Amino acid sequence: MALLSKKDANLIKDPLADNNPITIQVLGICSALAITAELKASVVMAIAVMFVLGVGNVVISAMRNIIPSKIRIIVQLIVVATLVIVVDQVLKAFAYPLSKTLSVFVGLIITNCIIMGRFEAFALGNGLWRSFLDGIGNSLGYGIILVIVGFFRELLGSGTLFGYPVFGDPIEKTGLYAFGYENNGFMIIPPAALIVVGIIIWVQRTRNPALVEEN
Amino acid sequence: MLEHIELFFRSIFIDNMVFAVFLGMCSYLAVSKKVATAVGLGAAVIFVLAVTVPLNWLLDRYLLQEGALSWLGPEYADYNLSFLSFILFIATIATMVQLVEIVVEKFSPSLYNSLGIFLPLIAVNCAILGGSLFMQSRQIETFGLAFNYGLSSGIGWFLAILSIAAIREKIRYSNVPAPLRGLGITFIITGLMGIGFQSFGGMLTGGDDAAEEAQETVIIETPVEENNDASKKEITENNSEIDEKEISYNNIKK
Repeated sequence: MALLSKKDANLIKDPLADNNPITIQVLGICSALAITAELKASVVMAIAVMFVLGVGNVVISAMRNIIPSKIRIIVQLIVVATLVIVVDQVLKAFAYPLSKTLSVFVGLIITNCIIMGRFEAFALGNGLWRSFLDGIGNSLGYGIILVIVGFFRELLGSGTLFGYPVFGDPIEKTGLYAFGYENNGFMIIPPAALIVVGIIIWVQRTRNPALVEEN
Repeated sequence: MLEHIELFFRSIFIDNMVFAVFLGMCSYLAVSKKVATAVGLGAAVIFVLAVTVPLNWLLDRYLLQEGALSWLGPEYADYNLSFLSFILFIATIATMVQLVEIVVEKFSPSLYNSLGIFLPLIAVNCAILGGSLFMQSRQIETFGLAFNYGLSSGIGWFLAILSIAAIREKIRYSNVPAPLRGLGITFIITGLMGIGFQSFGGMLTGGDDAAEEAQETVIIETPVEENNDASKKEITENNSEIDEKEISYNNIKK
């Protein structure tokens, strides 16, 4: 990679696995769980967070020397809120049914802990380009978990992916359903998301024992 | 009076902030290692929710909604500022949290010490902003109901963090598989508790007929009908409210 030095590339790579915002840093879980019953919503949410975090990190990084530290939380909140309003209005204009599905969770990107966490931990102390990379990296790490959870929940819960039937038609009993396969309605209900994330954590920490926590 | 009682129990058990809509999960997971700290944070959340939800209700009703500015004069009746609600709500919350912190520090240092660092953290707790956003999207009617909603959602969150903290204190003595220790097992336990809380769902629906009837309307309204918790909430709402939403849907489309 000529474009990125090794140090910069790590900013993108680390959050994807060993420093994942959701499974390791425990940030941004609120919105990650509620909207993952469907793959499409997960992807849109991941893109929205990528936009907000990428741009927000750059803005905060650009202003880092002029923000008085006492009021920095409020300044950060205002920056995020402005970006989220943009996302919300775009969704309402171009994808209204989807913005209904995501309902208040678009607004809750404001209080997504990943965003405030990255502002505080990275953008306030680093230059524009690195902050941008950090934002993209962390939102990719966030998005990957969302897409994995959304994939399994939609596939096992409704037998579809992006709304297209994968296993055949459950009502007319075609495809897999002809052999007695049933959709697992359990995957649709909200608590299933927690259990899927729990299993992802389990798999990840089995592969990399260094991440195991104390009880 | 009846609707107050219904809203109260619904917000605590059926639409529980943690188990039904996953709000405030970050602090829920981070601060639930000990019961004592969990109680401190839970109390702060109840307090801040009970203050900010009614305040934001006032803002929504007299500043943001379509036609909300008509008290200024008839020429302002057409304004719809609801796109500003995110920024105003979060500003209110951040300011209130700061104010509450100052007031509590001045008048009750012991409470201030017990809440400690949790108060400033609360400004970025999704449960707080979520409370205000749900208050707006569910079109809560009166100031009293908004206060009730804030208070009872806070109590629901308090119950959730208290119970997980109690479980985590006990689970320290269990032999959990190593990769699941800490975060993993907490996720799975929360999932199981969430399934348990689903059983409260039948508590206030008042008969199956009404529920089925409402469900048909819901499917029409949201074609992507997978959003389980949202449709579940709407099942129990009466049809007139859904009609209102459809009207606003059409308005926005125009």
